[in-house]
Amino acid sequence: MPLTDLANPSRFLAFVDAVLPWLAAATLLAFALGIGQVYLSPDDYQQGATVKIMFLHVPAAWLGLFAWVLMSVAALGTLVWRHPVADVAAKAAAPIGAAFTLMCLLTGSLWGRPMWGTYWVWDARLTSVLVLFLMYLGVIALWRTIEDPTRAARIVAVLTLVGAINIPIIKFSVDWWNTLHQPASVLRLGGSTIHPTILVPLLIMIAAFTLLFLTLHLAAMRNEILRRRLRTMLLMHADAAAGA
Amino acid sequence: MRLMASELACIRGGRQVFHNLSFTLGAGNALVVTGPNGAGKSSLLRLVAGLVHPAAGQLALEGGNGELTIGEQAHYLGHQDALKTALSVQENLAFWVGFLGAGDAKVDAALAAVGLDGLAALPALYLSAGQRRRLSLARLVAVERPIWLLDEPTSALDVAAQGLLADLMRTHLTGGGLILAATHGPLGLAAAQELKLGATR
Amino acid sequence: MTALAAILMRDMRLAVRVGGGALIGVLFFLIVVTLVPFAIGPDLVLLARIGPAILWLGALLATLLALDRLIAMDQEDGSLDLILMAPVPLELALAAKALAHWLSTGLPLVVAAPLLGLLLNLDPAATGAVALTLAAGTPALTFIGLIGAALTVALRRGGLLLAILVLPLTIPVLIFGVAAANAAIVGPVPFGTPFTILCALTLISIVIGPFAAAVALRQGLD
Repeated sequence: MPLTDLANPSRFLAFVDAVLPWLAAATLLAFALGIGQVYLSPDDYQQGATVKIMFLHVPAAWLGLFAWVLMSVAALGTLVWRHPVADVAAKAAAPIGAAFTLMCLLTGSLWGRPMWGTYWVWDARLTSVLVLFLMYLGVIALWRTIEDPTRAARIVAVLTLVGAINIPIIKFSVDWWNTLHQPASVLRLGGSTIHPTILVPLLIMIAAFTLLFLTLHLAAMRNEILRRRLRTMLLMHADAAAGA
Repeated sequence: MRLMASELACIRGGRQVFHNLSFTLGAGNALVVTGPNGAGKSSLLRLVAGLVHPAAGQLALEGGNGELTIGEQAHYLGHQDALKTALSVQENLAFWVGFLGAGDAKVDAALAAVGLDGLAALPALYLSAGQRRRLSLARLVAVERPIWLLDEPTSALDVAAQGLLADLMRTHLTGGGLILAATHGPLGLAAAQELKLGATR
Repeated sequence: MTALAAILMRDMRLAVRVGGGALIGVLFFLIVVTLVPFAIGPDLVLLARIGPAILWLGALLATLLALDRLIAMDQEDGSLDLILMAPVPLELALAAKALAHWLSTGLPLVVAAPLLGLLLNLDPAATGAVALTLAAGTPALTFIGLIGAALTVALRRGGLLLAILVLPLTIPVLIFGVAAANAAIVGPVPFGTPFTILCALTLISIVIGPFAAAVALRQGLD
C-alpha cells in the first residue's frame, strides 16, 4: 500500500487498527528491557539512586520537543497541502506533547531538589521548557475554542509554526547561556560524553518512550477521526430533520 | 467581460452548501440569485468575492484585468455596512475611497448621488439603517469596479431608496458592468437572469 | 501610498475617539504601576531596583489590552471583508494598522514612563534608559501581538486567549528590554549589547508580524 493511501482517513483507520497492537507490544517489550537495564545500571557516587530519575527526565524532554516538531510538520501538511490526516495528527499530538513536557518539568524539579537544593530555578533551559509547556496549553486552548475543526486546524497550524522558534532556543539554551542546568551530553558534535553503562539504558528508555508516544499518538488520531465522523453524522442528522 | 463559473461546490462549517453550480454572466447583464434561507446565496457571493474558497469547480473572469483577482475587481455589499460609527459620513466614505484607490473628488458627488450630502459631517452613529445602507451604496458609486456582488441590497431600504438602487444598478449595467445579486424580493431589474438555489437538504 | 495612509489615519482617528481615547492605555499603565508598591511595600530602594521591570511589565500588559480590538473591530462590521478584497497587500494593510496601534497606544506609554519612574524612585539616568528601551521595544510588542489578534479574530472572548498566545512570544522582548535598562543603570554588561538585540527583535517582528498575521487571516477564511 503506497504511503499516499494513508491520506484517506478510512484507510488510515484500517492501518492504525492493524499496526496498533504490534506497536503496543513493542512498547511493552522495550519498557521491560529498559527498566531491567535501568535497574542494573550503576548508582551515581554523589547522588545515589536518585540519578535514575534521569531515565524518565531525558526521554520526557526529548519527546516534549519531538511532539512540537511533529506538530510543525503536520502544520505544513495542513497549510500547504490541505492534507486531512495532517489536521488530525497535529490535534492528537498536542495533549501528549504537553503531558511529556509537564513530566519533564516535574521529574526535573524532583531531581533538582536533592541535586541543586531547589525545586526550581530560572535558568535558560528550565525557563524555555516552561514556556514550551505554556505554548502547548495555548495551542490546546485554541483547538478547543474554534468550533469548525478544519478552520481550527489551519489557524493552529500558523500558531504552531510561529511557536516553533522556541525549539532551537530550548535545544541550544544550555550552550548559549552558561547557567545551572548541565550542558548537552547526548546529542552533540564530537559524540556523547556519557559512559556506556548509563548511555545504553538511557537510549533504550528513550526508544521505549518514543514507542509509547507513537502508540498513544496513533490511538489519539483514531479517536479524533471517529470524533469527526460523529460530528458529521450529527450535522447530517440536523439537516435531515430540517428538511423533513 | 464574462464571469464564468463551472461546477462550483461550497462547504461551510462541515456542511455542503451547494455543489455542481455553473453559470455564465456577460457584461451589461445581471444574475439574480434566489432561494430559501440556507440555500447558499450569501456563500455564493462570498465565493465569487474570494472570501470563501470553493471546495470544487472553477471560477474565471474573461476580459478583465489579468493581474488582479476577481475580488479586487469587484464591490461586495454584504449584510453588514462596513461603517465606523465614530467617524462621520464624509470620513467613512473618504476612507474607502482612499483605501480602494479612487480619487478624492468622487466623495462629494457620490454622497449627493445617494442623497446623503446634507449629512456629510454627521457621525455615522446617528444614521438610520436605511441611511447606512445608502452610505454603503455611495461606496459603489465613488469607486469604479466592473463587478458588483450584492447580498440582499434592498434590505433596510424604503421605496424611494429602492428606486435609487435600481437606477444605480441600471447605470452600472449600461456602462458594461456585471451584477450578481442575492435577494428575496424583486430588484426592479428587467431582463435579469435568475439562478434558483434549492435547499440541498 | 495613499491607501496605507488612509488606513493609518482612520485607525488613529478611531483610537482617539473610541473606547476612552488614547490615554486609556496610559491610565491602565499608571494603575498597574501604582498597585505594585501596595503589593511589595513602600521600600524605595527595592522599588528603584525593580523599577525598570515594573515599567516594562506595565507597558506589556497595557499594550496587550488594546490588541484584541485591533482586527476584531474590522471583522465585526464587515470592513475586514473589504480589506481582504482590496488591491492593497494584506500584509501592508496589517502593518499600517499595527503602526497606528503603536502610535496611539505604545508611544503614549513611552512618554508616560518617565513620569511613572518618579513614582518608583528611579533616578533620571535610569528613567532615560527605561524610556529608550520602551521606545525600541514596544513596537515589537504590538507587531507580535498582531499575530495573536489575527489568530483570535473570530472568537467571542478572544481577549484572554490572545494574551495566552502572545505572552510567551513576547518573553524575549521583555528579557532584553529589562536587561538593557538594567545594564544602563548598574552594568556590568554594556548597554549596547542587549539594546542592539532588542532593536533586532523589533525589526524582525515588524517583518514577521504582518506576514504571519496575514497568513492567519487568510487561513481563517472558509
